[in-house]
Amino acid sequence: MGRSKSAPSGGPDRPSVPEQRSGEGPYLQVKDLGVRFDTEDGVVRAVDGVSFAVERGRTLGIVGESGSGKSVTSLAILGLHSAKRATITGEIFVGGRQLVGLPEEQVRRLRGRDMAMIFQDPLSALHPYYTVGRQITEAYRVHHPRAGKREARQRAVDMLGRVGIPQPAKRYDQYPHEFSGGMRQRAMIAMALVNDPDLLIADEPTTALDVTVQAQILDLLADLQAEFHSAIILITHDLGVVSQVADDVLVMYGGRAVEHGSVEQVLRRPQHPYTWGLLSSVPSLHGDPDADLMPIKGNPPSLINLPSGCAFHPRCRYAGRNGDRSFTEVPELRPAGEEGHLVACHLPAEERTRLFAEDIANVGVAAG
Amino acid sequence: MVRFLLKRVLLAVSVLLAVSIVSFLLFFALPRDPVTGMCPKNCNAERLERVRTELGLNEPKAEQYANYMKGIFVGRDLGSAQGGKCEAPCLGYSYVNSEAVSDTFARVLPVTLNIVLPAAVLWLALGVGLGMISALRRGSLLDRISIGLTLTFASLQLYFVGAVLLLIFVYHLKILPTPRYVSLFDNPVEWARGLVLAWVTLALLFSAIYARLSRAQMLETLSEDFVRTARAKGMAKRQVYGRHALRAAITPIVTIAGLDVGGALGGTVITETTFGIQGLGRTAVEAVRQGDLPTIMATVLISALFVVIANMVVDLLYAFIDPRVRLG
Repeated sequence: MGRSKSAPSGGPDRPSVPEQRSGEGPYLQVKDLGVRFDTEDGVVRAVDGVSFAVERGRTLGIVGESGSGKSVTSLAILGLHSAKRATITGEIFVGGRQLVGLPEEQVRRLRGRDMAMIFQDPLSALHPYYTVGRQITEAYRVHHPRAGKREARQRAVDMLGRVGIPQPAKRYDQYPHEFSGGMRQRAMIAMALVNDPDLLIADEPTTALDVTVQAQILDLLADLQAEFHSAIILITHDLGVVSQVADDVLVMYGGRAVEHGSVEQVLRRPQHPYTWGLLSSVPSLHGDPDADLMPIKGNPPSLINLPSGCAFHPRCRYAGRNGDRSFTEVPELRPAGEEGHLVACHLPAEERTRLFAEDIANVGVAAG
Repeated sequence: MVRFLLKRVLLAVSVLLAVSIVSFLLFFALPRDPVTGMCPKNCNAERLERVRTELGLNEPKAEQYANYMKGIFVGRDLGSAQGGKCEAPCLGYSYVNSEAVSDTFARVLPVTLNIVLPAAVLWLALGVGLGMISALRRGSLLDRISIGLTLTFASLQLYFVGAVLLLIFVYHLKILPTPRYVSLFDNPVEWARGLVLAWVTLALLFSAIYARLSRAQMLETLSEDFVRTARAKGMAKRQVYGRHALRAAITPIVTIAGLDVGGALGGTVITETTFGIQGLGRTAVEAVRQGDLPTIMATVLISALFVVIANMVVDLLYAFIDPRVRLG
């Protein structure tokens, strides 16, 4: 993980957390987002009060286990939840437009043009019966109805070439099953970028790929970001990926944000016991090779019936050190000390720093 | 593509050969002597023997089979007792009907085709259409009504629905004639009036099954990742459903439709019996009852031919719909 990003996504003097930047404001702003599903078993609060912002040219990594609400958040931004099943509250600003509650037709016009998405498994995310080229052309023509067939085709071929697919004109007419996994993900990226979106959401874009291809895809994303200057949200459970490409990190647990800050802050000086757990469960290149990995004990919480107080308390080694607040009171996301670093934990700041130094840091932390 | 076709055709031919051998052995090797069945009351052993020789039944089984197959492809001479020269495709001679089996089929085959093919168009259009609409409006009143209706019709029997329709339209309202077959080319109106009840009955029952199947398929497809991708591109729902979801959802239905149509062409016994129309199905049943071996043999072969052809058509359609099949 000592690899540096192949393309810098911002100058060295940029502030680490976007909210503090002056000017027109971040391209994407999510404020107090809530996504609720009413099911037969009860109300699922998949996302509860999450806020973040991403500027053009910067990358936010959203990290968490399955069911932590990271994918639900991204689908909510694109407006892909069924209005019948999901209730969405809060505000989502994309390029200054508030999307929550907007009619489907208006959100649809933004989708694929201003904001695009790359999905986890490119084999199932591409239609098996249509050629790759046709699917990209289609994405272009939806938002460029006056573009001719030849123009759209040329645009798609250019994009295929741009994402590093050799012989793009020939590949245009092939089907997804004739592509390798990495090539399919490149094609998926070409499709997402064909309309020059300002916001790109990548939902575990490298999970289905092998490690060498993962690195290539991440490099490609970074290159394209430098070129198109788009805001990127990278959803992943892989801290290695985050450390490679993200500028900022949002750690989610049980549908809530538990820690938020720059990559440097969250991975080097993590403040939340859950983040510690994530870091300790990843092997490190530089640490002691014989050191045991420490998995986070227990299972992710049920979103229908979240644990009281801090949702993480049943799995937290330190719950109860501060009276019974962890069991009864939901911790707010509060400044953790450094500027822009936020954490939702009842432990006092000094104690967190001490515990991290004593229990975690010397075991060998992943982000190297 | 040519290889693919060639492979399928070879496979189809070998299946038909196997069916012909097995059915030949089954029927001509049965303990029941075909000669006794066709001999008039006062026949003695000597006469039986003469007939047997005349029919070639004393020849080895392999030679009889070879003769039979030769008859199908180039025709053969059956001897004076069986109407003499029998042109290809010669399927033997039926003593029960006192005519060459191929003549019987020339009469009844068009009847079955004219019942099944229009009915199939009707049931596919109705079933698939209803299924898709109900999937897209899942949980709506329309969906619930459709579920109830299709469940009802899927559980009903052909002869019941057929009899009720007959009672209403032919005997009470008297707006339709007693079902019968008139050639489409002789009189298109009477053709339709004579067969419409059979079509509707088949279509009601089959479309119920197809509606349920299409609904389930469509719902499954709508939860596929590529449908979400299409929506994420900004495509309108109508385009997403019409272009991306429909094509994927329809694939398994094509298979089942092919098999059903192929099977139905082999004989719609119950429909033909309910409406008193003489088609392939009724002919087969009567042949079995009367021990009319050449006719039984021929119906088995023809039904097999239909099933095999239907399978080939399905394979071809599949290759057309799903690009992954072409190379495989």
